[in-house]
Amino acid sequence: MEIDTKKLEEIIGKYGKCKSTVIPILQDIQEEYNWLPEEVFEIVAQELGIPLMDVYGVATFYRTFSLKPRGKHIITVCLGTACHVRGGQRITETISRELGINPGETTEDLKFTLETVNCLGCCAIGPIVVVDGEYYGGMTSQKVASLLKKTRGGKRE
Amino acid sequence: MAKLNSTKELDNLRNDLIAQWDENKPSVAICAGTGCAAFGARLVVDAFKHEINQRGLESKIGVLVTGCQGYCERGVIVVIKPEGIFYQKVKPDDVAEIIETTLQKKDIIDRLLYKDSETGKSIIYEKDIPFYKYQRRIIFGNNSKISPVNIHDYLRIGGYSALSKVLNGMKPDEVIEIVKKSGLRGRGGGGFPTGRKWESCRKADGDVKYVIVNADEGDPGAYMDRSLLEGNPHSVLEGLIIGAYAIGSHEGYIYVRQEYPLAVKHFIRALEQAREYGLLGEDILGSEFGFDVKVARGGGAFVCGESTALMASIEGMPGEPRAKHVHTVDVGLREKPTTLNNVETWANIPLIINKGWEWYTKIGTENSKGTKIFSLVGKVNNTGLVEIPMGISLREIVYNIGGGIKEGKKLKAVQTGGPSGGCVPERLIDTPVDFDKLTEVGSMMGSGGMIVMDEDNCMVDIARYFVGFLKDESCGKCTPCREGLWQMHAILTDICEGKGKEEDIEVLEDLAWTMENGCLCQLGTTAANPLLTTLKYFKEEYDAHIKEKKCPAGVCKALIQFSIDKEKCTGCGLCLLKCSVKAISGEKNEVHDIDTEKCIKCGICYDICRFDAVIKK
Repeated sequence: MEIDTKKLEEIIGKYGKCKSTVIPILQDIQEEYNWLPEEVFEIVAQELGIPLMDVYGVATFYRTFSLKPRGKHIITVCLGTACHVRGGQRITETISRELGINPGETTEDLKFTLETVNCLGCCAIGPIVVVDGEYYGGMTSQKVASLLKKTRGGKRE
Repeated sequence: MAKLNSTKELDNLRNDLIAQWDENKPSVAICAGTGCAAFGARLVVDAFKHEINQRGLESKIGVLVTGCQGYCERGVIVVIKPEGIFYQKVKPDDVAEIIETTLQKKDIIDRLLYKDSETGKSIIYEKDIPFYKYQRRIIFGNNSKISPVNIHDYLRIGGYSALSKVLNGMKPDEVIEIVKKSGLRGRGGGGFPTGRKWESCRKADGDVKYVIVNADEGDPGAYMDRSLLEGNPHSVLEGLIIGAYAIGSHEGYIYVRQEYPLAVKHFIRALEQAREYGLLGEDILGSEFGFDVKVARGGGAFVCGESTALMASIEGMPGEPRAKHVHTVDVGLREKPTTLNNVETWANIPLIINKGWEWYTKIGTENSKGTKIFSLVGKVNNTGLVEIPMGISLREIVYNIGGGIKEGKKLKAVQTGGPSGGCVPERLIDTPVDFDKLTEVGSMMGSGGMIVMDEDNCMVDIARYFVGFLKDESCGKCTPCREGLWQMHAILTDICEGKGKEEDIEVLEDLAWTMENGCLCQLGTTAANPLLTTLKYFKEEYDAHIKEKKCPAGVCKALIQFSIDKEKCTGCGLCLLKCSVKAISGEKNEVHDIDTEKCIKCGICYDICRFDAVIKK
């Protein structure tokens, strides 16, 4: 993958070159690309002067980082306790079935990525589904099916 | 904004702000916390601004966009001031009517009022609504009075007056003494006395010391810290600056979950405003004391809520905890003495300094002083954030504030303490809520999640849920946690799928013991708590799964089947239409049938049938 090294340098410059800045740097890079292409690890390691293994270690430890390309629409289902007792798992299964992918996977056409999160902190109105940053509360299997339909139809390129 | 060079200048600014403020001016306080935002608060705010502008009422009606006001279930919440009229479930279409009828003509719109669940009567004022009436909102109550992005609002209601008091002649040891005497204990779950922690850190050797706000609120089902940071970030910051002064620290951090973007945004804004006024930086308010704060965003790892893992994460490493033979107050971040407290703990500090420890200790029980904010969620009628004085019973919280169980179902348990806590059964519902009493019944206070469960929740499934959660979140450093949770989850899954064996219980208890004694951090040592409390209080459910291969609550898919009640089915065809695997057949107006071979037990038919004709057994 083609990496815009200038952009990378800009991000690294913002945080400074030391070991403790590796997490925010990777977070900003991911914001730029929506995922972390393999090529960036070497550049970050070199720039910060730390072993490649340490960069990779951080990138694989934290759930926030994706080492695979993610879809255009990110669907996040909350599986916190409050959402779980109100049927969050069933919501996940419905979306999985509708999109034909498991949590953590992306559809082949790179349209959708399905992710789960352990709590979004919006517990009072669970189960919660977040589509591209928008929160939808009180979800049911039925409501989520029409939400998917809307996302598919409304935002198609 | 000009830099304030003395506490006197701060007082003058505050006095000006108070003088300019007209308390009796009609205004609307619109909740735009995360819950209300999901209900469309932004559109309601826009509608108010538009309508007020259209009518040329900008100077006559104030619009205050606040952080979370607590009663999330009823969003979007709009409170009309100065009267305190409470409107719930407000939509953009209601806005014009609110302006004309309530703000201008001073009439009430009954449709938007809260209706008492027992009497059905409308309640006009916020203070009379049961959800609020039984609370004591000394920390969280300010959320509804201010805009979180406007430091002037915070200053006007007395913000930074505690800092002013401290910097105006109080010695660090005096501050620590007050915090010690207040009896404040850490609100993040551990319950360690805050004043003692500060004292140890102050006494620790070293010129460089750190203070940290732990805002990595990872406990599933808890969101108090999020709402405090989003709704009143300056209160947390003020507490932190006071703590830094008392401990002798000049550099602080806030570690926030990356799932909370609005909290990050509001806190960064608060930092910028505080710097402009000279409340952060060199020579704060002319006191020669200097301090500043950096923001670190978490990476979505639950274990980073643990203090040593959090510090490792700030240092740019994977968040793995270390053994705490040497405490972090002596050797913490970058091996320097460090004080880490939870968001809510820091937010208590300005209040204690302003009102005094004598006042503070009058709230709460003997060993648990003050209030605690809980996120009251799950199968309860009134969900949201509630702040209660320590010592009131779970019953009072669930029934008086929470309005009882949804759909008149039967309460089964209340889960507190997150994945390290436990399930308190219905028969212990009169347990007072404080640090010690919850521990006595096998649960714990935790950071404040309070998840109410009813007869439709399977306790074996709940145990499996928490174990599965921790299995995914274990950092992998200690073998008993990494492997133990994996095995525990496999066994519990077997039980939920009807493949459980009687000897499984013994193996589970054995694993629990090993984890409790063989792990470094609290994530591992307490990981078995949800399992142990459900085994202790709900053994009969485990027996039903293992011996009878039945799930009494009807949750565990492998142990239930869906069928159609021939008496009740009207043949409306709705279930047939909605079934995604075409497992339902039947002619229009004739009794339908479910093919159990094809059925994937998704439950849609059960949910949508209007005649209760789908049986789940």
